[in-house]
Amino acid sequence: MNTLMVDARAVRKVYGSHEVLKSVDLEVHRGEVVSFLGASGSGKSTFLRCINHLERIDGGEISVNGQLVGYRRANGKKYELHRSQIALARRDVGMVFQRFNLFPHMTALENVMEAPVSVQHRSRAEVRAEAEALLERVGLADRQDHYPSMLSGGQQQRVAIARALAMKPALMLFDEPTSALDPELVGEVLDVMKSLAAEGMTMIVVTHEIGFAREVCDRVVFMDDGVIVEEGTPAEVFERPQHARTQSFLSKVL
Amino acid sequence: MATGHAEEPVVRLRHPWRWVAVAVIGVYAAVLVKFLVTNDALRWDLVSGYLFEESILRGIVTTLEVTVVAMVLGVVLGTVLAVMRLSENPVLRWTAGIYVWFFRGTPILVQLLGWYFLASVLPEISIGVPFGPDLATWSTNTVITQFMAAILGLGLNEAAYMAEIVRAGIGGVDKGQSEAAEALGMSPVVAYRRIILPQASRLIIPPTANETITMLKQSSLVVVLGMLDLLGTAQAIYSRNFQQIPLLLVASIWYLAMTTVLTYGQARLERRMSRGTPGVAVRTRKSTIVRGGAR
Ligand SMILES: Nc1ncnc2c1ncn2[C@@H]1O[C@H](COP(=O)(O)OP(=O)(O)OP(=O)(O)O)[C@@H](O)[C@H]1O
Ligand SMILES: [Mg+2]
Repeated sequence: MNTLMVDARAVRKVYGSHEVLKSVDLEVHRGEVVSFLGASGSGKSTFLRCINHLERIDGGEISVNGQLVGYRRANGKKYELHRSQIALARRDVGMVFQRFNLFPHMTALENVMEAPVSVQHRSRAEVRAEAEALLERVGLADRQDHYPSMLSGGQQQRVAIARALAMKPALMLFDEPTSALDPELVGEVLDVMKSLAAEGMTMIVVTHEIGFAREVCDRVVFMDDGVIVEEGTPAEVFERPQHARTQSFLSKVL
Repeated sequence: MATGHAEEPVVRLRHPWRWVAVAVIGVYAAVLVKFLVTNDALRWDLVSGYLFEESILRGIVTTLEVTVVAMVLGVVLGTVLAVMRLSENPVLRWTAGIYVWFFRGTPILVQLLGWYFLASVLPEISIGVPFGPDLATWSTNTVITQFMAAILGLGLNEAAYMAEIVRAGIGGVDKGQSEAAEALGMSPVVAYRRIILPQASRLIIPPTANETITMLKQSSLVVVLGMLDLLGTAQAIYSRNFQQIPLLLVASIWYLAMTTVLTYGQARLERRMSRGTPGVAVRTRKSTIVRGGAR
């Protein structure tokens, strides 16, 4: 029985001549919550985007939930998948963006209902009930008919989380979900994420919220210049960082 | 004291140059009105007589038909071309690029005549296997009627301009939107249909309304094909009675009436659309200026 949700091996990513990811290895187990820390430009977002194949990797391989990302393995070769097949595989992975990226021409409820209806072709009535429950869960039952432009940043991000959850993902990726928020709105989003973690969702969270990482995460990964330089439990990484780069980064943010 | 100052009378700034402008323009306007009213050669009696004449009204119908059908062809083909130009497939990108290059780079009058005289180089049009057997064949002259040549000439040319408008509209949608759609597992086709095009249409509709107004006037070019649209009918009448200016006035009055209605509709449409989602800029007039020079 394989308990690995994410298995990344020697992942490389290159933009032109710039090697953004240089041999990244990472294992994330089912139910684990892992946070990614690191300076700006160290490759955190890029790695997250590689996990659901929004970026094609230039070396190594990534498996999610036992499935190779972007390729099909047969006869000792890896065959590149078609875009629609990749889209199919992405349904298992939810993603939450720094800038929310809600669909502005749809209400909160429509945002949440969109993918189950247009991708999975499920009945609207059934999806609607689920979407209402999801909005209730993120504390926005009374905002379901609001358009994104009528919602605060924190509310928008909670809708975005509900939208991702509507596809019943096995893994959730968060790319700095609170960085675009006013300080007083950060808490409401982190609370939703905490409850999600408590329910056993597997999560990878890029964040600068040290408090959240310390309290919620099973493991902290520190990235620098395209490599993982250090990882461990929050206590290990925050109290006894081994690497000089980790120490200097933490001294700035703690 | 402050209270005392508040009661002092205020002398408004005077604008003497405004009055000068009013005087100058007033004089020229008077000259123009005198010309229009006292010049018997204008034959206002003829103008009013022909304004609702039956053949003129039929000409208006033809003008509207050509405008609508050519615009529909332009919008549909233009959207296809725009999506091709944004495609990852280099062959599609290039094909669309060459299309736009050709149809924007040659005069529309040449294109109209070219379609009309196509039969002289391609006497028959057939459907079948390329370089293989034909399944069906028509004489080009029966397929490319005057109306068909007008639609092809105006519509295919319009598609090249619409392609740029649609492309700009799609490009104006935030990159995060297609990313969010993809991350939810949408295929590219579903993402376009459900997420990208509905948002792009806010940017596409106002300049398309401009294009429609331009098309209405530009459709008068079909007179070179001998078509009896509004202008063609006026021409046909003055070739018999030699009253050129009165009949051109008849045509102008109708063109003005139609563009005024369209402009009013466009203004309402723009107001309605800008009221929708904030944060989406609605570009309007600029596109007309840019393309006006390119024709
Ligand atoms: N599409 C792209 N084309 C070229 N370079 C890119 C692209 N996307 C990212 N990069 C580069 O890759 C590097 C890593 O970017 P990435 O966004 O992964 O960093 P990050 O760790 O998420 O930083 P931040 O904390 O600022 O979000 C940066 O130097 C960036 O300039
Ligand atoms: Mg980032």
